Amino acid sequence: MNRSKRHLWQATAIATVAALGVAACSSSSSSSSSASSSSSSNAALTASAPGITPTTITIGSHQPLTGPAAPGYDEIAPASTAYFDYVNANGGIYGRKIIYKYLNDAYDPTTTASVVRQLVLQDNVYSIFNGLGTPTHLAVVSFLNSEKVPDVFVASGCECWNAPSTYPETFGWQLDYVSEGKILGQYVAQHFKGEKVAYFYQDDEFGMDGVKGLNYEIPASQVVSKQSYVDTNVNIAPQVAALRASGAKVVVAFSIPAFTALLKLDSLKLGFNPTLVVSDVGSDPITLSGLLESFAKQAGATVNGNQLTNGIITDGYLPSVGDTSNSWVALFTKVHNQYDAKEPLDGNFLYGMSVAYTFVQAMLKAGRNPTRADLTNAIQGGLPQGPMVAPFAYSSSNHLGVTGAYIGTIQNGVLVQQGSVLTTDTSATGPVTTFTGTEEQAPASGIPSP
Amino acid sequence: MVEFLQFTLSGIVFGMIYAAIALSLVLIWRGTRLLNFAQGGMAMFTTYVAIEVIYKTHSYWAGFVVALLAGLVLGAACELTVIRPTVGKPQLNAVIVTIGLLIFLEGLAGILFGGQFRSFPAAFSIIGLRVGGTPIGVSRFDVFVVVAVLVTTLVLAVAFRYTAAGLRMRAAAFNATIARLSGIRVARVLTVGWALAGLLGALAGVLVSPSTFLYPNSMDAIFVYGFTAAVIGGLDSPVGAVVGGLILGVVLSYAGGYVGGSVGSDLTSLVALGILVAVLMLRPEGLFGGARMRRV
Amino acid sequence: MRTLPRRLAVAIIVAAIVVFLSIKLNAFRDYQIAEIAVDVTAVAGLTVLTGLSGQISLGNGAFMAIGAYVTALLLLHLSWPFYAVLVVAAAATAVAGAAVGVAAARLRGPYLAGATLMLGVALPAIAYAWPATFGGDQGLNVVFTTPAFLGANFPLTRWQAWVSVAVALVTLILLANLQHSRIGRNWRAVRDDEVAAALDGINVAAARIRAFVVSATSAGLAGALLAIITGLVAPGAFTITLSIALLTAAVIGGLGSLAGALWGSLVIVLVPTYVTDVATSHGLSSSVGSNIPVAAYGVLLILVMLVFPQGIQGGLQRLFSLFAGPDQKPRTWRTAPTPHITPSADQAPASQHEKEGTS
Repeated sequence: MNRSKRHLWQATAIATVAALGVAACSSSSSSSSSASSSSSSNAALTASAPGITPTTITIGSHQPLTGPAAPGYDEIAPASTAYFDYVNANGGIYGRKIIYKYLNDAYDPTTTASVVRQLVLQDNVYSIFNGLGTPTHLAVVSFLNSEKVPDVFVASGCECWNAPSTYPETFGWQLDYVSEGKILGQYVAQHFKGEKVAYFYQDDEFGMDGVKGLNYEIPASQVVSKQSYVDTNVNIAPQVAALRASGAKVVVAFSIPAFTALLKLDSLKLGFNPTLVVSDVGSDPITLSGLLESFAKQAGATVNGNQLTNGIITDGYLPSVGDTSNSWVALFTKVHNQYDAKEPLDGNFLYGMSVAYTFVQAMLKAGRNPTRADLTNAIQGGLPQGPMVAPFAYSSSNHLGVTGAYIGTIQNGVLVQQGSVLTTDTSATGPVTTFTGTEEQAPASGIPSP
Repeated sequence: MVEFLQFTLSGIVFGMIYAAIALSLVLIWRGTRLLNFAQGGMAMFTTYVAIEVIYKTHSYWAGFVVALLAGLVLGAACELTVIRPTVGKPQLNAVIVTIGLLIFLEGLAGILFGGQFRSFPAAFSIIGLRVGGTPIGVSRFDVFVVVAVLVTTLVLAVAFRYTAAGLRMRAAAFNATIARLSGIRVARVLTVGWALAGLLGALAGVLVSPSTFLYPNSMDAIFVYGFTAAVIGGLDSPVGAVVGGLILGVVLSYAGGYVGGSVGSDLTSLVALGILVAVLMLRPEGLFGGARMRRV
Repeated sequence: MRTLPRRLAVAIIVAAIVVFLSIKLNAFRDYQIAEIAVDVTAVAGLTVLTGLSGQISLGNGAFMAIGAYVTALLLLHLSWPFYAVLVVAAAATAVAGAAVGVAAARLRGPYLAGATLMLGVALPAIAYAWPATFGGDQGLNVVFTTPAFLGANFPLTRWQAWVSVAVALVTLILLANLQHSRIGRNWRAVRDDEVAAALDGINVAAARIRAFVVSATSAGLAGALLAIITGLVAPGAFTITLSIALLTAAVIGGLGSLAGALWGSLVIVLVPTYVTDVATSHGLSSSVGSNIPVAAYGVLLILVMLVFPQGIQGGLQRLFSLFAGPDQKPRTWRTAPTPHITPSADQAPASQHEKEGTS
């Protein structure tokens, strides 16, 4: 374009940006102080805490919505939103509607630090809910605790959220990776006695904590190879070759779904066919089938990706999506069809709905005009299981979430439970025991009772 | 010994993917003296187009052909719309424009196709081939990958050397002013260069996506290694691109295999940096870049 | 800025404005001021390296990582006061910059770009390889509190903003001094024509290495600041995306211009949040709604580059010269003229012929 025309564009552009800048940078109010809570059941609704008004509860989260970590995990927050929409349409929490504001951090801890400060310091959310990712959430856990903002149901299985003295506001929710390793490890030790076992794990705290748990249960003499991978390098052929060379009959994989699928594909290429035991994180049957469906024909299977996932052993702390007779699955399917029908109904979706359900339970327990402390006290007092297959560990001395899972096998694209639910803890010597309690049924209305 | 063969062969396969990206970068560099940071993003986008075609028509080869055509179109379109205005301006402007293009394509792919992992089919069987009962670490599809890249390279090399169009492209790359004076439509030649680079990128995308799964950022890491391969080989040399790709693929495969599971996989990028530094110390313009006299 | 007193005066005025804003605006805006200061520190060093000395670097994120990790390790193991930590972080990154400068001394254009790109990708991997020291994937925690003399109620974000802006201003003053010194003139000479500069007696390699050291030190200081404002130093914060964002900011702001470092930093910090706010307020489905800001940001980068080929600072200067009239001498050397980073197709033919034709 010629010079004067470009000057005109430049002048217009600068003027526009300046105007936008002035508009955007207007100062907003600082956080309000909390009022005391009211305990009588018919008391008027007040603005009892930051983020709570007589009509709304605002909560925030950081999620990877774009970038390499997004596929799969970006389904969780919309699923939670769908359940909150359902609750809002059916009376809300004591009449208040839940507003769930989740911001994209693209799995970058620097961005997480920024968006969480925006949520807390500018948007004045009542609580941070289900912040996703270990390195990302570690970037904000000190900030949230020093600001005394409830940091509930972190979407990560790290043991590090269980620190009631240093991080009193922070609570886990999902089965932590060490406990999961122990549960899977005990199964392997019992059902594959004397067989050669190998590990395939992600080279971060998820994989390493899982291996820690496995080592507590599987005799060291059985483990013939430990191969790790980083999620930025898809060429895992060397690791699979090493696994094959070790002669392992069982491979325990603490891997994300993409790498579980790659493990399967590279094993096919090398003619290696061990029994696969996979962490719940990487074993959702629908996700795996989707990743493998294009290869099923070339791998000799006759129909679809399901053939390649048959026989995979894994664990689950939520009902299996394929178990249509389960009351929770029925409830969440109903909510899915009504509020978020475009997204796939898979393990990630079930996760998002279930954690939202637990949050609603906690808010109902916190009272009609809750302060922030009311929420954390409500959780520390213990929460009902809800859709989880095992109890929560919540107490004033334990901030970890669910304590157990069942072992299952994938058959025809569906996870089928084998045996009873097993519970354990994160210690080296704590036993893996059978859970003798009963699982809860979903409430008829779909909303927990206060 | 078997492991050595397995590592070498799988290294060659990945190396050819890097070579394809490197070739497309070399094409654009030779023609326009620009670094196209959007090459991986363009490859990802054309692969999405291919997967949509495959879903609708249930034909792999239809998708394959459409991907290559889409690569031609996308390359030409990018050159005409956003790159042409940067000619004559500071070089880094074009680099930032290609970065903007990359970000735009990744966002657009997320909007149009969703951010989920998509499974991309392989053209041929992925069951490992065996020699005397031992799997050698490659499948029929892997052989197709190597052959496809080699054939495309040869076709392009022959076209550059022996056709009039190729001569025009080389002339325009050598000296645009003199080429213009000879009556060559330099602008059109640049567009053709970008179109061919788009085709090469599309080919790389289709060949590698079965291994990486397809999602908006799937080609980012492949682009980094492809760029490294081009630098190792020398950005002016198509032969260098292929050689650089092979060296990178094979050495990284050995590093991953022999240095051990945990350490090896972590150090892939460090090993790549080591190779790069080693080559550039000896030959600052890549292996086939041609020595430049600098001493005064 | 022609003289040191003038630069100091401007710095003091800017500092006063920042202090005023940090009190008037809310705590989140204070945090954004700190973020912008961090980026200005890093981008200023990069714009000097690329704009003044003509060496492209796609790996300054790696230098930020070094500064951040040194800071975290010192604060964690030795509990030194922050100013001491800053000095050591700067020194450590300077050494790294010298090493990289020496290795890169003979590299030009895209080869330098490729080498620094791989540096930016590979260096954070060291944190994974030695997890015991560097914390692996989870990184190292950094504890940073307001000093006692400010009282118990002084907001941490405001203190972080003050510290970051102070470091940024000091860096800018030092870089401006360098710009106007003989070192800066040597850099511009080397950038414009290496052979002529060498003929003139300038030690080309030393000048180039010096530029890398300066650029790396700025990035290291920025990394140290990043460590204290975010509170965590983890490899996920130092991916290649960071290095590319720094270069983008340098070019968009105006290559070679310190004021351009500010414009560019404003763009990369404020625009993504602004565009995200606009997108989420329309309630779109998740994958569409979260990708629109991404696509919009890409379009914005392209448009800015096409409309302002000299960067924002260049555009502002033209605007100024439009109003000020034709008799005002345009100070075009401050925003870099076409740096000969990659010779155009007209000026330098393919390298085979360079061999044959040169003197």
